[in-house]
Amino acid sequence: MHVQGRAWIFGDNIDTDLIVPGQYLASPLEETVKHAFEAIDPDFAKEVKPGDVIVAGSNFGCGSSRENAPQVIKHLGIGCILAESFARIFFRNAIAIGLPTLTINSISGKVKRHDMIDISLENGEVYLADSGEKFLADPLPQKMYEIIEAGGIDGLLKNIAKG
Amino acid sequence: MGLTMAEKMFSRCLGSEVKAGNYVVVPVDKAMCHEGFLLSSIKLMTAGIEKIWDPGRVVVILDHYVPSPNVGMAEGHAQIRKMVEKYGVSNFYGEREGICHQVMVEKGHVKPGELIVGTDSHTGTYGALGAGATGIGTSEMAYVLATGELWFLVPHSIKVKLKGQLPEMVSAKDVSLALAGRYGTEFAQYRSIEFGGDWLDGLPISSRLVMSNMSIEFGAKFGLFPVDQITVEYLKSIGVDDVPHFGPDDDAEYEKEFELIVSDLEPLVALPHSVGNVKPVRSIAGKPVQQAMLGSCTNGRLEDLQAAAQILKGRQVHSSVRMYVYPASRPVFIEAAAKGFIQTLLEAGAIICPPSCGPCFGSHGGLLASGEACISSTNRNFKGRMGSPNSEVYLASPATVAASAIFGRITDPREVA
Repeated sequence: MHVQGRAWIFGDNIDTDLIVPGQYLASPLEETVKHAFEAIDPDFAKEVKPGDVIVAGSNFGCGSSRENAPQVIKHLGIGCILAESFARIFFRNAIAIGLPTLTINSISGKVKRHDMIDISLENGEVYLADSGEKFLADPLPQKMYEIIEAGGIDGLLKNIAKG
Repeated sequence: MGLTMAEKMFSRCLGSEVKAGNYVVVPVDKAMCHEGFLLSSIKLMTAGIEKIWDPGRVVVILDHYVPSPNVGMAEGHAQIRKMVEKYGVSNFYGEREGICHQVMVEKGHVKPGELIVGTDSHTGTYGALGAGATGIGTSEMAYVLATGELWFLVPHSIKVKLKGQLPEMVSAKDVSLALAGRYGTEFAQYRSIEFGGDWLDGLPISSRLVMSNMSIEFGAKFGLFPVDQITVEYLKSIGVDDVPHFGPDDDAEYEKEFELIVSDLEPLVALPHSVGNVKPVRSIAGKPVQQAMLGSCTNGRLEDLQAAAQILKGRQVHSSVRMYVYPASRPVFIEAAAKGFIQTLLEAGAIICPPSCGPCFGSHGGLLASGEACISSTNRNFKGRMGSPNSEVYLASPATVAASAIFGRITDPREVA
């Protein structure tokens, strides 16, 4: 699987209330996505395109267990999130809905807004088209790959139902 | 080498010894759902799964949207009731009981050494009773409901030693804020915290619940207290006998140790917009607040209402402030009423609300307008958490919330004691 798109840059400790504010949690997804990141980047939800990539610092997705957080990001078309570290529940939720997340120690600060990024999900290679720099992400645990390959938990559940 | 509490628990679940760093797929002991049950059960239906693994081990509690703030959520609650019936969930608590974590503990659904997953990030609260409890999303919960299992990384453990005795007007909330302030909001990422140190000797369950509850704010998977006499007595008082001893081996291996002398602490506040942005209350004293919020799964227990009532007795909430009180559960509410705390708070001008999550996560029941600030006993002060993205939340202890409500300005509770 390949992901190719523009970078959207966020800092450290991006919490789940910034990703999706509590007051919109019970709204339909089409409405909720309009408010993604609105407190820190009001342009994001309007301008993000399918295949774009989020590049963030440490502790991305800290806070609530709300699955709406990775869901709005996936719904807006983000192909992958690269961060120096992820909060545990967000990481699990992202994988559970089939949104790839890769941990790269030193990526923050090396990428500018709207730089082009090319990611090979299988081997975790990240290529910055503008600077020509290459990064290697931490490998995903095998179980996590299996879940993404199955199309997230929904895919696993269908397999269970089939018996 | 011996085992940590997390290693012991996962070894017991798996049936063979595992160490930190291993990936395991294990059966869970309990599954707790709040309104997230709706999304999980819809996923089961959509996939064509007609039965859940063990209806007796599933607990569903309504608390986040109580009372239902709009027709949409009323429909949601109605649908949850249908799903609870369809899947035969044995333990269902409707709008009347209170916040899920307090209900889980009070109703005896939590036992030491158990592995419990919940659709809420503050599920770790049960670590106060020595249970390995942690938050998951609604998709993973659907998988748990279908299979009774989930995959885990057996976490590395860190020891947090808390030493000494708390000064007057300083509480467990201040201890947790002190940890966030000193070590940051990621020092326990993916880790299991085991609390230790002589502060724990005789420490009431209410204070332990605060510490375990706040552990997620440091990134922790678990925030665990070893079982002691206090745990045994508490569980006995709610009808749980035969409490297993559960604690780490003496030679368990910890990745790191942290130490905090609690005797040196003073009332603290986490400034917007991070739980780690911690300063002494006195350094920001005088900052105007329009709202004071007392309650939540962090600080809505009897001891918290008592602390606030003692400060507000014979005093008035400032005319520029609305003070909302959300008791954590129906038993807490009943006892606070019987002891006169509710009367005192009402006389002081506080608004008593039904046991529920209230405005803590920004859905309803006391949200903030732009430019407003709230002093709050809740657990998160993220930007926009409690309403407008241009509002501010200051996290503090119940005592600091009460003292600040009197003056309409952030106030050190030692000044009004």
